[in-house]
Amino acid sequence: MPSAVATLRHLATRPERSASIDPAQLRLGEAIQLLLQAGYALPVGADFSARSLQSLIDGLCELSSRDALTGLANRRTFELALEREIDRVARAGEPALMLMIDIDHFKSVNDTHGHAAGDLVLKAVARTLVDCVRPMDTVARFGGEEFAVVLPNCPPAFGAAVAERLREGVHGTPVEVGTQLMLQVTISVGGAFAPQWVRSSAPLWVERADQQLYQAKADGRNRACLEHPLVSNVSAEEKALLFSSSQFEDPE
Amino acid sequence: MSAARSARVVAVTSGKGGVGKTFLAANLAAALAARGERVLVLDADLGLANLAVALGLHPETTLHGVFAGKRRLEDAIVPAPGGFSVLLAGSGLVEYARLTPKLREQLLAVIEDVRPRFDRVLLDTGAGVSDVVLYTVSLADDALVVATPEPTSLTDAYAAIKVLATEQRRRTILLAANQTSLRGEGNSIRNQLQTVTGRYVKTASGAPLALEYLGEVRSDPSVRQAAQKRRLLLEAYPGSGAAQAVVAIAGRLSAVRA
Repeated sequence: MPSAVATLRHLATRPERSASIDPAQLRLGEAIQLLLQAGYALPVGADFSARSLQSLIDGLCELSSRDALTGLANRRTFELALEREIDRVARAGEPALMLMIDIDHFKSVNDTHGHAAGDLVLKAVARTLVDCVRPMDTVARFGGEEFAVVLPNCPPAFGAAVAERLREGVHGTPVEVGTQLMLQVTISVGGAFAPQWVRSSAPLWVERADQQLYQAKADGRNRACLEHPLVSNVSAEEKALLFSSSQFEDPE
Repeated sequence: MSAARSARVVAVTSGKGGVGKTFLAANLAAALAARGERVLVLDADLGLANLAVALGLHPETTLHGVFAGKRRLEDAIVPAPGGFSVLLAGSGLVEYARLTPKLREQLLAVIEDVRPRFDRVLLDTGAGVSDVVLYTVSLADDALVVATPEPTSLTDAYAAIKVLATEQRRRTILLAANQTSLRGEGNSIRNQLQTVTGRYVKTASGAPLALEYLGEVRSDPSVRQAAQKRRLLLEAYPGSGAAQAVVAIAGRLSAVRA
């Protein structure tokens, strides 16, 4: 892997070489077909300039980072986002939240209304989730009817509110799956904060959020369960006394 | 406690990260070594490897390797500039965020193993009051809390002191102030903390908690300069005010006896 990266870097630093690519030796048909099928507008033609190759590569990168059905980040992109966040939390101590989301009784949607209806539900839920979070948050399709969100710099005090907003958003957005047929969809949400100042690992963080998701399911679905972050054991009174001297000022 | 000589173990901890635990642990070790003590600094901030970065060391054998069963403890104890020894955590994508029974056992075994070989062992713990940090501190004879005048640091230091006093039944907690701007600010921090602990923190015996103040290190550009060079302050700028403050703290620390 590192050698491949090194080779690419080497190529990138030698633009005069990339201009001498012989288009006849490249098999681009399949790549172009994939991109067209996914709805990308491509400068297709006999022109194989470095620029058109670059846009082809950009398109492929974009394609391989997204979920085909919902357009959300796919599992691979999500895991990259997680690693990045774990690094930041360990170094800077910023709080970060991960939410695991599962559509309630999704199997029965498929069984009763068909897979096309199931797809419509997945797309609608994906859209609602994206609408309920900040642009900096990563919403991903984790697999099947499971979604995951990573929220950088999310203080514990806001975690429950965000999870609740997602649950409410989906609950309040019926999905039209056919003429005259609106489905009420609900989700269960499980959340866990990254342990601050400590280098965690992505699988463990996912596992902790997953445990909360199981809890939300066990508690009856259509609800959000968050792992309790370490709460301060310092009361307002103690804080007031601690900062009673004029020398130190409590910002809160 | 098997041998006739046994190290006094001091956990250097804080409520908040970034207050200078690692800086203080490493430089205190150098100052104590200069006083003739055989000192080991154990990087107990598992997974972050801050101490290695601070000292510019790249050891092949680390605590991580020992815990993984791949290395012997003897090989992981390496000399550091400054005349003391270090046992570095090593970074790796290993999960030490959670206190498993295995991790408990391993930490305990390591500390019991090094005790007879040194006069003093400094544990550079992680920040906060997670169960790993609390357990690590519980293995130490003394807990040294580092606080800065910054409000969140002060609140978190108080939170840590409270937990250590109530859950670990400590009657005495050592305190050092770092990054203070005015002379005597550290003493004010101690007084504030003492006032609040006196009112709200009850020790097991009912006696008030004693905060033993070791001194303050005032903000000093030489601290950052030494860090940028990845060198000990005591080696790079021994004449600086901060270095002399650390030496004074080391003197008071070596006088502490339970």
